[in-house]
Amino acid sequence: MSSRIRAIAFNTFRETVRDRVLYNLVFFALLLVTMAPLFGQISIGVQRVLLVNLSLSAISIFGTVISIFVGISLVSKEIEKRTLYPVLSRPVGRGEFIVGKYFGLSGTLLVNTAAMALGFYLALFLMTRDFTRADANVLIAIYFIFLEFIIIIGLALLFSSFSTPLFSALFALSMFIAGTFAGDLRTFAEITHGPQKWLAIATSYLIPNLTSLNVITRVSHDQFIPRALVAYNTLYAMFYAAATICAALLIFSRRDLK
Amino acid sequence: MRRRATVFSACVLLICFLGSFFTLRRIERANLSNSMEDVLFISSPQFVKRASLGYSGLLADIYWMRVVQYFGRKHLRDSMEYKALAPLLDITTTLDPNLVVAYEWGSTFLDQPPPSGAGDDDAAIALIRKGIQNNPNDWHLYFTLGFIQYLGKHDYLAAAQTFEEGSRVPNAHPWLKIMAAKMLSDAGSMDTARYLWQNIYDESTDNNLKQNAALHLACLVVDQEIPQLEALVAEFRRRFGRNPASWKELAVAGALKSIPLDPLGEPYVLRSDGSVTVADEKKFPFIRISKSASSD
Amino acid sequence: MLAVEILGLEKTYAAGFWRKKQKLALRPLHLEVKQGEVFGFLGPNGAGKTTTLKLLMGLICPTVGTARILGQDWRDPAVRARIGFLPEQPYFYDHLTPIELLDYYGTLSGLSPADRKLRIPKLLERVGLAEQGRVQLRKFSKGMLQRVGIAQAVLHEPEVVFLDEPMSGLDPIGRREVRDFIQALNDEGKTVFFSTHILSDAEALCDRVAILNRGELRSVGVVAELVSQKSNRVEIVWQGKSAVPAIQSLGGSCHVAGETVRAVLDESQLQAALDALKNQRVRLISVNPMGGSLEEYFLQNLGEAVEVRS
Repeated sequence: MSSRIRAIAFNTFRETVRDRVLYNLVFFALLLVTMAPLFGQISIGVQRVLLVNLSLSAISIFGTVISIFVGISLVSKEIEKRTLYPVLSRPVGRGEFIVGKYFGLSGTLLVNTAAMALGFYLALFLMTRDFTRADANVLIAIYFIFLEFIIIIGLALLFSSFSTPLFSALFALSMFIAGTFAGDLRTFAEITHGPQKWLAIATSYLIPNLTSLNVITRVSHDQFIPRALVAYNTLYAMFYAAATICAALLIFSRRDLK
Repeated sequence: MRRRATVFSACVLLICFLGSFFTLRRIERANLSNSMEDVLFISSPQFVKRASLGYSGLLADIYWMRVVQYFGRKHLRDSMEYKALAPLLDITTTLDPNLVVAYEWGSTFLDQPPPSGAGDDDAAIALIRKGIQNNPNDWHLYFTLGFIQYLGKHDYLAAAQTFEEGSRVPNAHPWLKIMAAKMLSDAGSMDTARYLWQNIYDESTDNNLKQNAALHLACLVVDQEIPQLEALVAEFRRRFGRNPASWKELAVAGALKSIPLDPLGEPYVLRSDGSVTVADEKKFPFIRISKSASSD
Repeated sequence: MLAVEILGLEKTYAAGFWRKKQKLALRPLHLEVKQGEVFGFLGPNGAGKTTTLKLLMGLICPTVGTARILGQDWRDPAVRARIGFLPEQPYFYDHLTPIELLDYYGTLSGLSPADRKLRIPKLLERVGLAEQGRVQLRKFSKGMLQRVGIAQAVLHEPEVVFLDEPMSGLDPIGRREVRDFIQALNDEGKTVFFSTHILSDAEALCDRVAILNRGELRSVGVVAELVSQKSNRVEIVWQGKSAVPAIQSLGGSCHVAGETVRAVLDESQLQAALDALKNQRVRLISVNPMGGSLEEYFLQNLGEAVEVRS
């Protein structure tokens, strides 16, 4: 079974690479390069803050866009183009297919994020000519951003298993925005009363909680990130992503292919 | 066989979802997220406004909710510092300069000493001035500024000027003019303070502000009653050469009719050195009378 | 053991905006395919041929009914390692080359790396794509894609091969090549089940055929028997649709193309038919005795006048 999942994952990865998805790295590099002269005009203390904020925000945005837009077509494209027929007529379970697709795109984003992280550290080194302990902290922030991706990919895959690309994009984007404000939704639930309180509470647990995964501002100011948060965030992301995959599986298993 | 696979997947789904639910609760409870302190690092509220892409009104409301929750949570824990309060308010009012309640509420709680507030009168005044600048025809803001200048900074002249300015705003409440006059003549008196807080209590639509005003009024009552009680004690001391051991003694001596109760219904505490204090000082954070022994 | 047993497979779709209407794509189908035979599945477009194949491949779920392939439940994943499938107008990942595609499919079918390395070049050679092994599929013509499709269907040496309209869209040379390939598969002892609406191909290749129309199985017959039947039939071709009811009442089956009608009826009715046509003042084009053919069998078994737009 795992050899099939691996094959599907690798094929998905290969497809995204050949679809030139990784070209976004070029834009990222261009971004850093064009920002470089600007840095020269700012004081040293703020330079690092700015570099961290800019790079990590770019990593987050680029990756999220890829996760959503490639993610939503993972299943729907194969159904539309009927490339799924020769695959499913082989001894491949529908579940194996879904899981393979998921790991394929996650793998792409892992490579993408790692490459951007490398680019960032290179830029940082060129700027400060030195590595401090605080710089390792930034890696935690990047790891959290990757955890965001695995959640978003799961959601995109889920929507892709039953919806058209347009609606999938809308749903995925909405979930992403809602997830960014998940903390505020819970705040609202605390303050409000009546039926909307329960609705807010329920919703706030259904949407992905991306608030605690965003530590960009904190690492840019060298704040310490507690170990416990790293552990809990990892657990949360894994549980949530697994839940979305299960849901995608349940839906896709019952689906008649056109 | 397919049935079994479906049931299995559904169970895994439920388990994973519950897993995510409980993990999230742990994160929240341990307050590891701490995301609101992030505002301390936002150096430019203007940038936030621009980044909000035209949805600044909505974002202002979100930030306002965060302000209320931030303060509420910290206050519940009797926190002594509210570092993020001023920055949060600054961002909120930059996003929506006409959110009057943010200025009023914000500067009130910025001004008050911890744990009832941030204890930062300069930040409070800066905020309310920003509010006046953006909402020059709202008399409530002049009132709040005057009140901070009067009670917080004891700058009666400035307070008088502010109340006067405010009274000239169309539809201003008539007692702004009265307060202006009182500032010049009678600023230090407790009567003035009581008048002020009573008006805030009557006029305020925000629950927090109303409760705050009620608390201040109760403290003023205490500030009035304690010296009266201590005077009775002093009289007893003159007559019998020692401090009374209890309220009962005073009652027997004919000075009191019954055990004196504070505005919360608790008996005042008679200390051995003859000073009087409330049963629970934490419930009366604004009393002015010093807690150490009063001199004879 | 039968290669394929279809036991009452039925497919109904919920159609319409509120999904209340029921659309019957396939009435309960009962069919048997013996091992080692070439079985033709005939019918006009929309008859339900592709639906049947998709049901067998597990791509859609039947409303009722089951099937067995090589004695096992058709949904059993193990079965799918022993069958091959070529979908209608196949699409493949066009960013891959044939070698990559076959390697991928081979892995999914459970072939070992050594096996794949051995078989893929030979297979490409066999379907005539040895030169294009490393060209991306997006550059392939329809005929070349069809060949890739056949290659992937037989890569894992299945015992039963299912082909959906394998000849569609091919030029005569391509069609000939596919026919030869199917024959070769059969010579190797494989069972071939293919659907088509091109009767001459079915006549040339199949041992038995089944005819499907409007979701219903109309008949099953041995080709050799059908074709050798001496028929007492004549074929009349004329111009003038108005005469169709008259001829039909004589037991003739009519085939209308524009204004031209081609009717087949019993020899004994010939005179009556000619009289009827003369009365209707149609323009007679030809009268011919008929030999048995699959086409005739096909038309007979469709059960109604079929209008063909020319």
